[in-house]
Amino acid sequence: MRNITVRESLNEAMRQEMEIDETVIVMGCDVAIRGNPFGVTKGLLRQFGEKRVIDTPISEAAFTGMGVGAAAMGLKPIVEILYSDWITLASDQIVNMAAKMRYMFGGNIEMPLVVRAPFGAGGGNAAQHSQSFENWFNHIPGLKVVAPITPYDLKGMLITAIRDKNPVIFFEHKRAYQMKGEVPEELYTVPFGKAAIRREGKDVTIVSYSMMSIHAMEAAEELAEDGIDCEVIDLRSILPMDYETVMNSIEKTNRVVVTQEANLRGGFAADIVAEIIDRGFDLLDTAPVRVGGLNVPMPYNMGLENYVIPGKETIKKAIRKALKD
Amino acid sequence: MSIKIDKEVLEKFTCYTPLKAPEGMKKEEQMKLFYRMKLIREFDTTVKDLWMENKIYGLAHSYVAAEAIAVGTCFALKPDDAITSTHRGHGHVIAKGGDVKKMMAELFGKYEGYNHGKGGSMHIADVPHGMLGATGIVGSGMPLAVGSALAADRLGTGNVTICFHGDGGTNQGVWHESINMAAAWNLPVIFVLENNQMAIGTELKSVSKEVELYKRAAGYGIPGVQVDGFNVFAVYKAVKKAVDRARNGEGPSLIEAKFLRLLGHFVADDQWYRDLKAVEPFWKLDPISRMKDYLLENKIAAAKEIERVEKDITKEILDAVNYAANECTEPSVETLYDNIYADGEIIK
Repeated sequence: MRNITVRESLNEAMRQEMEIDETVIVMGCDVAIRGNPFGVTKGLLRQFGEKRVIDTPISEAAFTGMGVGAAAMGLKPIVEILYSDWITLASDQIVNMAAKMRYMFGGNIEMPLVVRAPFGAGGGNAAQHSQSFENWFNHIPGLKVVAPITPYDLKGMLITAIRDKNPVIFFEHKRAYQMKGEVPEELYTVPFGKAAIRREGKDVTIVSYSMMSIHAMEAAEELAEDGIDCEVIDLRSILPMDYETVMNSIEKTNRVVVTQEANLRGGFAADIVAEIIDRGFDLLDTAPVRVGGLNVPMPYNMGLENYVIPGKETIKKAIRKALKD
Repeated sequence: MSIKIDKEVLEKFTCYTPLKAPEGMKKEEQMKLFYRMKLIREFDTTVKDLWMENKIYGLAHSYVAAEAIAVGTCFALKPDDAITSTHRGHGHVIAKGGDVKKMMAELFGKYEGYNHGKGGSMHIADVPHGMLGATGIVGSGMPLAVGSALAADRLGTGNVTICFHGDGGTNQGVWHESINMAAAWNLPVIFVLENNQMAIGTELKSVSKEVELYKRAAGYGIPGVQVDGFNVFAVYKAVKKAVDRARNGEGPSLIEAKFLRLLGHFVADDQWYRDLKAVEPFWKLDPISRMKDYLLENKIAAAKEIERVEKDITKEILDAVNYAANECTEPSVETLYDNIYADGEIIK
């Protein structure tokens, strides 16, 4: 199978789905002529024209809301928030409209809306271009939230997102666009709510998603040399969340480390740990360990930034902590 | 018999125009306008009583005094055209041809209501009839309407979308963003501004220097007009023109239907913050009394005929209350998770 980048896999998902479904449209700041700053939507304008690939004004609230209205009336909009940090501007339309309209309005509305949100830190982009807000949206009934990382999953899950009749917040890690992996040429889907076990192991379960699953794998490989056998789970999907895979793994390992890139306080890892305790406190031999960013606005200085974001070493430390006793 | 409008009111309400039916409008059509306005009035008057009796609860915002705007506007539409609403949605549902029984059932929180008891007054919706739902967040329907127009344009349906919003909404950021986008792309949407001059307890003039809001249209390069929002014919004529324009691919318009909120912000608001003596004379502009007066004076309908319509409306609303109170059921807890996600999917 061919190896392509994340950028290419996402581009291909949109292109192929647009070829078979005329109701799919793409909109956002600079998505058409420039093909977005990361090149993810490059070439779509040339192939599908300006009626379907729309450069919007810098009006996140209104163009996201326009996506909501268009979704309600028969289109399948893919709305891009150029940096996910600015989803704050569009949050009213996502949280109070898209997520709730079907419920509030008696089930008489569909909301096949995808909000693509490049997220995550790295590269010195400082405090307004580096954040990870997945847990804010995880809190909202009516939304689906995914954060896949491999080129294969990103393509398959973007297609699933486009076809889903519910609003989906699709988090893409900005530092992953150049990463390569095997991706089939044809259309395929990867379901939501199903985690992937990236590495089987018996000593400790590492729950991860997006960039943290890359770092978790690095940590696991290095610890294997010391005879520590980690099982690495890539959640891929945050809402719905695959607790079955997580609990089955803990049943085997009896120890768990939960990782997130976002700063730790009020994060998804805390929610996962609480749910693990509810579902299987007795399975645990040691206290669950959380890994997350430090509770600071992201500093510009790359030395400081690296200190803030968790990586391989942070995860290794957490694994050793979980293995104590 | 003719209603005399006080000089002091006319001085303050400069957009007053006497009622005059558009040329060629049939008697049945004029009677339909009267019927729909009166039905809204009766519905919302009853809702207030029911709220005071604790039969319905939550926040209910009355459409009283605004009837001419929804009814005049929706009369210019085809059934497949869409409208977005505000937190004051009862009038929009009725004007779009909705069912007062289902709406009353919803206000009672019953399963048989439009929203299966999950929306209530503030989220009343009749999506199959193109009423895309009331929203409790001022201004949030603006981009929704633009999106609906975008879909109509891309799918080639030929439908237009009406975006009802209030003067309060005009100072939200999305108001500007939405009109700007609709104008940039000539989308078939008409922004109907229900200017009641009050945002709960705050008067428009205390938060906006320019209170002639239609003038803002110039900033977007689209037509903007102001009409007497108490005058159903004036509203209809302005909207008809804008709808024809939009259907013709000539893009959006802003129609400021100016009136005055004559009642409280919500049904139990006693308006202690407002000089009600100054409001009182504006009741002479009441769209329904004026319409009735017009129909009688111009011998379009006889007094008896109008009385019969009014009697029918009273019965229709009584029937709706009876249906909601006695024939409908409470939603069961089993329905709690229904419709959060599509196709019966449940995520807990």
